[in-house]
Amino acid sequence: MTFLIYDGSFEGLLTAIYEVYALKLVDVRIITEKEESSQLFSTEMMITTNDDKANKVAKKITNILGSTGFRSLWKAMLSELPGTADIILSVVKYAISTGKNVIKDYGHPAVLALQETLKKLGREQHRMTAFVRFELAQDGVFYATIEPDFDVLPLISNHFRKRYADQKWLIFDLKRNYGIFYDLQRVITVEVHQTLPDNSPSLMRLDWDETEKEFQNLWKNYFKATNIVSRKNTKLHLQHVPRRYWKYLIEKQ
Amino acid sequence: MNWERLQEKLNILADAAKYDVSCSSSGSNRINDNKGLGDSTGMGICHTYTEDGRCVSLLKILLTNHCIFDCLYCVSRKSNDIKRAAFTVEEVVELTINFYRRNYIEGLFLSSGIFKNSDYTMERLVRVAKKLREEHKFNGYIHLKTIPGASDELMREAGLYADRLSVNLELPTKSGLKLLAPDKDHKDMLKPMGAIHQDIIKYKDEKKLIKSTPIFAPAGQSSQMIIGATQERDLDIIKTSTHLYSKFNLKRVYFSGYVPVLEHKNLPVLGTPVPIVRENRLYQTDWLMRFYEFDPYEIVNEVHPNLDLDIDPKLSWALRNRNYFPIDINRADYHMILRIPGVGVKSAKKIIAARKFGSLNVEKLKKLGIAMNRAQHFITCNGHLLATDIDSLRLKNLILNAGSSKFKANFSPQLSLF
Repeated sequence: MTFLIYDGSFEGLLTAIYEVYALKLVDVRIITEKEESSQLFSTEMMITTNDDKANKVAKKITNILGSTGFRSLWKAMLSELPGTADIILSVVKYAISTGKNVIKDYGHPAVLALQETLKKLGREQHRMTAFVRFELAQDGVFYATIEPDFDVLPLISNHFRKRYADQKWLIFDLKRNYGIFYDLQRVITVEVHQTLPDNSPSLMRLDWDETEKEFQNLWKNYFKATNIVSRKNTKLHLQHVPRRYWKYLIEKQ
Repeated sequence: MNWERLQEKLNILADAAKYDVSCSSSGSNRINDNKGLGDSTGMGICHTYTEDGRCVSLLKILLTNHCIFDCLYCVSRKSNDIKRAAFTVEEVVELTINFYRRNYIEGLFLSSGIFKNSDYTMERLVRVAKKLREEHKFNGYIHLKTIPGASDELMREAGLYADRLSVNLELPTKSGLKLLAPDKDHKDMLKPMGAIHQDIIKYKDEKKLIKSTPIFAPAGQSSQMIIGATQERDLDIIKTSTHLYSKFNLKRVYFSGYVPVLEHKNLPVLGTPVPIVRENRLYQTDWLMRFYEFDPYEIVNEVHPNLDLDIDPKLSWALRNRNYFPIDINRADYHMILRIPGVGVKSAKKIIAARKFGSLNVEKLKKLGIAMNRAQHFITCNGHLLATDIDSLRLKNLILNAGSSKFKANFSPQLSLF
């Protein structure tokens, strides 16, 4: 067994796939440094991300799977789930060996695994378009913090840019410690360096607009008033709004 | 702003609007091309869910719960002794904009009790929508409820600002309406539906020729009826909804299980459970008609006028039509694959896509996410007959005992009149 250790980036993965073919590796796994590789009789190889090699692989894959298929491989990586790199390698191998666009071959175990990852990712992406709650600060910017299961900011950026074209906003991923900021022209990726004594980013203690609390109260009240008590269905409620998201939902405070 | 008073109004007028079930915010095509606020091009988003498990997508409120009508099924009827309130046009606009900017909602669902007269009320609803669109460049979703009896001109103006218009049929049968809402007439509801339908076609046709033609109710129209308030059969309900779909090309027909709000000899007694299971079965039937290529009368007809409560309508149909089965997973066309109990639209599409790469066996079917505990009794796969050769009644029990229905606790009789 050969373990290819890459930097976790999509380009890094494509470089690793390049090496699999260049070195004709058969029994191979692609992992990051953080993942466990301790196995008897295994060899490890460090992969240095290389744009040329990555581009060659990207081109080859796009030829077979189309740009949508290629994009779904990139998307799957945003799940950060262990084993995703290996699934992608298997799908690429299968595609190259058959020369067919196999992205919908649900009967193939690797393709099915990839599709399932994409499904989970899509669900989280959709949830974040729903569960982001902006709060208006005195500087006129609408702020939101989230902790999504997967790295979905790149997937929701366009949605929010189109929707809130006339307001400045920032959505910050506390888990991954970066955010996306819209300045009325474009969306840029931002990091917050200033932290509070308890290590939380400083944007959690902003000075809010004086109407902010009032609108939050109105929203909470609305949420209560629109419920029909005689139809109470806690199971269904929890299925749609799992507890782990409540923290940032104003109406669930 | 007087926040306290606003808070109180919102409580009253959200509470009064919550029995309207439509919450859809999809199907529009309003692009944010004016650097304004909002965009209604994607699929609808449910921003949260109430504790009863219903989606909250729109700010659903009444402009006022003052009403000159006295419909028995309605909490806002004039004879009901409740707190009354009315929003100003500005208040509704402010709430919508500020909720939208915080990503609480997809837009506004505005309905109203009828105060003074129909036109007076409708004119105010239209004014809210107009102000949102023109003064605030709002491209979020707007669903306006049309007021029965309002003039055609106002209806047309409403369609120019709203994404969706709806006219509620209220009750599925004429006799039911006569019994519970003597002030209303089915004709008064069908007439505006027809007018809206005509206008939607007219504006669409014109837009093909003249690009600057404004869009008219791009998300179409919908309707809703209360079920379980009168003694209608499921067949009557489905007949009515089929008629609405085919005659007026409605996007959706909603069913609202009656919630007892009043003690009256013409109504189910207070404390009667809301017919949640029946409502669900009706929606499943609606889905079978719209997405599963079923003819409504395959599901309910004079021989079988009511839906089973203990099993879903598709399984029920399959058990009554065993001659169509077993269906060959690797050969049958999409239309027939859709009819297999346990196979949904997504699974059916996956089966069709996956079998192009080679035939599917039982293991692969399981992994595709097909509910094999039901499907297995109705299919063949690679020449293996999985279908069970026992009569339908025993098969039904076999399936029921194998699975656990989420409704098991609710199988009590749905309704006791009088």
